[in-house]
Amino acid sequence: MSDPDHDLEPDADHEPANDGQRFDRLPATPADREVAGRASREEVLDWWEERFGIGRDFLDGYSFWEKGAGKVWVFNGEADDPSRVEAIGMTFLRTRQEHWKPTTRAVQRFGGHATRNVVELDPERASRFAAGEDQDLPDWDGDWGYLIVAHRIAGGTAPIGVGLYLYDELRSVVPKGSRADLPVVDR
Amino acid sequence: MNPLDRYETLVDDVDAFRAACDRPLPSVVRTNRIKASPVRVRDAFDEAGVAYDPVDWHDGLFRLPDGNPGGNWPHLHGWTHGQEEVSVLPALALDPQPGERVWDACAAPGSKTTQIADAMDDTGTVVANDNNLGRLSALRHNAERLGVTNAIVTNQDARNFSTKPLAFDEFDRALVDAPCSCEGTCRKNPDVLDEWTLDHVHGVAGIQKGILTRAIQATRAGGTVVYSTCTFAPEENEAVLDHALANEACEVVPFDLPLETAPGVTEWEGEEYDESVTRARRVYPHHNDTGGFFCAKLRVGGPDDHAGETEVAR
Repeated sequence: MSDPDHDLEPDADHEPANDGQRFDRLPATPADREVAGRASREEVLDWWEERFGIGRDFLDGYSFWEKGAGKVWVFNGEADDPSRVEAIGMTFLRTRQEHWKPTTRAVQRFGGHATRNVVELDPERASRFAAGEDQDLPDWDGDWGYLIVAHRIAGGTAPIGVGLYLYDELRSVVPKGSRADLPVVDR
Repeated sequence: MNPLDRYETLVDDVDAFRAACDRPLPSVVRTNRIKASPVRVRDAFDEAGVAYDPVDWHDGLFRLPDGNPGGNWPHLHGWTHGQEEVSVLPALALDPQPGERVWDACAAPGSKTTQIADAMDDTGTVVANDNNLGRLSALRHNAERLGVTNAIVTNQDARNFSTKPLAFDEFDRALVDAPCSCEGTCRKNPDVLDEWTLDHVHGVAGIQKGILTRAIQATRAGGTVVYSTCTFAPEENEAVLDHALANEACEVVPFDLPLETAPGVTEWEGEEYDESVTRARRVYPHHNDTGGFFCAKLRVGGPDDHAGETEVAR
């Protein structure tokens, strides 16, 4: 997977640390990084492009923020120092782990622009995926790891959520609160 | 006592009013245009065999006669949001524009915030505030499900709202969809009538005055404030407007709503209100077969102050 290299910066007494209770804007590039382990804006944009083919055309207008350990938020409004607000935009991406993981809602919001690592399920499989079921998927010959899972609906394709593909199996990582038992709709 | 008895002198047809209040309301969903068009939602309902009826005054609303607004694919995709019909009105009156700065002072659980974000094409900034942290988690869930990226969520008492966490110190528009005695929701939740007390009406009216005052102060001259409730009580509606008119630089302005309404009232139980409160709109359940609602649109700044109306390019 295309996980950026997180350089560990040398420890120093005054080294800024990640405060999990506040929103901080991502640094523009790895060279601008002051807080160890924090993803940069460039790395985030590169990741969506490399992993899913979602280019800067779609994401360049947004700002990106970290709150919590590696949780990156995407925001389209004006913000200066929103460090103590409850939320800014929506959750977008989980970083500070070997394989970055997009959120279900980010994939639903932006995944329609993806050109790769999208698996399109038939109606029966789509319903099982939305219900949170893991399923065998031996025919997939793309990348392993986190995929965008989509289906056909109302004349187009729409992303449902995030799947984790490992060893011929597609795991549903749709969060419990967002799962649903939906009818199989033959189209 | 049934609080609806109080309002029989205000309505044109008492029997129709009382009969409508006794009927349950249908489930209604609003299309979230951030993610889908009304046509696509309709096509998805058609291919899944979900029954729906259009709402003649809003092309993004669908009544679902079989209920279960969350049990279908459009909901899972965040294309729709369950929202009572009248609850769509305040954001229509507010008429927020792309790129603006908008405050939703009492925002949870987020139906109106997400509708505002949609009307702004998910650009500009909508600040969604609520004093109740538990209800804010519902707002956040809804905003994420609908894919809203232009909202900042704050947890403050709206009466003393501080713009310090924001990149600006005044808004173009503000919505005060105030906490209220909620009689207008009796078709959805009849318990509100049993729990109603006059003491609560008087207490909550004080809070409403405080929030509306802060909203007017936090909005630029020439900007718009919308005040709405789901109660019929003039103490919580016209009296609150009258208080704002007497104490803040603002005026109640005429506006159109796409359904049948009645004007605000200028007299209630010995009190008299400013004549301009007749520009506020009352929505009674029997007029459009909806819940009850109250909505007023205010322009901030005195009558001679139109300087702020020029749009500032950002």
